[in-house]
Amino acid sequence: MGHFIIRRLGYIAILLVLVSIVSFIIIQLPPGDWLSAYVTRLRVQGATINEEIIQGLKRQYGLDQPPVRQYFTWVSNLVQGDFGYSFSYSRPVKDLIIERLPATLGISVLTILVTYLIAIPIGIYSATHQYSVGDYVFTFLGFIGLSVPSFLLALILMFLGYKYFDLSVGGLYSPQYIGEPWDWDKFVDMLWHLPIPVLIIGLSGTTGLIRVLRGTLLDEIHRPYVDTARAKGLRERVLLYRYPVRIAINPLISTVGWLLPAMFSGQVIVSIVLNLPTVGPLLYEALRAQDTYLAGSIVMILSLFTLIGTLISDILLAIVDPRIRIEE
Amino acid sequence: MIPSRRLWLRWPFGGQRGSPSAAHDEAATEKYYIASQWQLIWRKFHKHKLAMASGLVLILLYALAVLSDFIAPYPTAQRSSYRNAPPQTLRLVSEGYTGLHVYGYKQENDPQTLRIMNLPDESQILPVKFFVHGHEYRLLGLLTTDIHLFGVEGGTIYLFGSDELGRDLFSRIFAALRISLFVGLIGVFLSFVIGVVLGGISGYFGGAADIAVQRVIDLLLSIPTIPLWMALSASLPPHWSSTRVFFGITIILSLIGWGGIARIVRGKFLELREEDYVTAAVVAGSTSMRIIFRHLVPAFASYLIVQLTLSIPGMIIGETALSYLGLGIRAPAVSLGTLLKDAQNVRVVALYPWLLIPAVFLIVIVLAFNFLGDGLRDAVDPYKQ
Repeated sequence: MGHFIIRRLGYIAILLVLVSIVSFIIIQLPPGDWLSAYVTRLRVQGATINEEIIQGLKRQYGLDQPPVRQYFTWVSNLVQGDFGYSFSYSRPVKDLIIERLPATLGISVLTILVTYLIAIPIGIYSATHQYSVGDYVFTFLGFIGLSVPSFLLALILMFLGYKYFDLSVGGLYSPQYIGEPWDWDKFVDMLWHLPIPVLIIGLSGTTGLIRVLRGTLLDEIHRPYVDTARAKGLRERVLLYRYPVRIAINPLISTVGWLLPAMFSGQVIVSIVLNLPTVGPLLYEALRAQDTYLAGSIVMILSLFTLIGTLISDILLAIVDPRIRIEE
Repeated sequence: MIPSRRLWLRWPFGGQRGSPSAAHDEAATEKYYIASQWQLIWRKFHKHKLAMASGLVLILLYALAVLSDFIAPYPTAQRSSYRNAPPQTLRLVSEGYTGLHVYGYKQENDPQTLRIMNLPDESQILPVKFFVHGHEYRLLGLLTTDIHLFGVEGGTIYLFGSDELGRDLFSRIFAALRISLFVGLIGVFLSFVIGVVLGGISGYFGGAADIAVQRVIDLLLSIPTIPLWMALSASLPPHWSSTRVFFGITIILSLIGWGGIARIVRGKFLELREEDYVTAAVVAGSTSMRIIFRHLVPAFASYLIVQLTLSIPGMIIGETALSYLGLGIRAPAVSLGTLLKDAQNVRVVALYPWLLIPAVFLIVIVLAFNFLGDGLRDAVDPYKQ
């Protein structure tokens, strides 16, 4: 097991290097560099900046050097916890991201939990009641979940909430709590605002998981070993949960590999539409302002979370299914 | 020579043996056994009514998109003084007129908000005429003409209403369909080419090439797509023309889609390269490229088609999402996403709900592709009866 985890860690290290290259490309892509854009903007505003400050900043971020050198400067700063400087916010990128991490991670973890909590019972129900009315209803809902993009769903729910229930859907707290210190009322208020974003972000993942679980479970419950267990007189419920469901859960854990990136993707765009205090709107603003260090760092952070999530799912899978450890 | 050949052809379906109905059954079974793989797939697909219907809807939508200039009564950018006007209803019978017509608009101020409202004016009957002369355009890029499918004289016809600049939503939606539908198609084609070439190299040659390609795919799968798409499309130069932006966006979307296809191709190649017919081709001196495209790809083309069909909706949604955020298709080009951008503000949508009509088209397109892909998947599975 230890060996397995070390192998996985080494593998993730390789991917991290590749992700950092992609993030750096994102930082470098826009024409010109941010420093000249920044200086121009300040000059337009009437500020006087002398050459020394510009040269100092250039040296600090290594902008006077070739791209490969710049990459290594950036990475070594990154390792030391320096993500660069956001010029649209005039603050270090690290602070901006850390501010939004609790909401980002909180919503993500909650979404994943809710996804599994909803998908597993429905998947089992759909497979054991194949072609029943309930199965058809869930299949239909599944197609809707697959076909309505999350940002559109957010938009439609906001519209319905506004028009028919006079609710302001969006944000994580009611307006009067923004900027207030945390207390019980604010927390309760947040709990009221959470379900809609969590359900919207989780919907497409949930429907995907239901389909996977239903499919694998349907394959399993017609196997001879199920008949044998039934012939032995095992109660239907015990039989179901002890054998076929246990096998059908495995692909569900390994789907975390695609569930996580999809969830972060969905979260970014839903957060922009619903104006949630996650890194999504921050990325959007950064891209619009060509705040390249901020944008690249956010892509990097999101990919890092995805990689960590995948690692956790790999370890979970190895715990649940002994065959995988041996294969590795 | 010829008579004997005809006899040979007739023999399996022979009319002389047994009763006519038995012969008919026999012919049907016989036909089943000699049918090619594609005929069998078509037969199974034909039974899948939902997938068939979806396929027809998609063919219709693509046809409408190609002919959008002919179907749209107005140019996409033409403004009028009727801003945020509600859709005009097509009517057959009104007082004093029978035949297809719409009512014109009359403008009034809302008594409370003083907002200008466009209301149907029942005294203003505008007959709908077909094949009318309107603005000039090039049909299919070949033929310059000014004939449009329908139109009215002395007023406007806004079947889906108008937006805040008084532009016809109907015309804009059909122009948008062209962009949104073809982003998916071209994007999938690019993904297909990259996926087959890289997946082929990876599976066919193995070794270092395989490892390199696999790591790149892992990388692409581990970066959340929408943030990456956003970052890449935000860095398209602002001075690019809308056509170049269109192709830029398509390339960005397909950069991420090829990973899944490459995986499938690689897996199949690993499986198939041990087959005797591949060894035979190698011995016969075929080049690697010829073996890949002539012998290996056709062996699993059906799986690829299913995968490609199912990856089109993701690209269409991707383009729409980017354009919705203002990072995708740029004016003067319109896509479903840029149209939905007008519906960003909930208060505006509550007043002018027809701004959500593009969403209906988007959902229908994505659903149809999913149903079609599902039906195709069932049809190409040889073990499913």
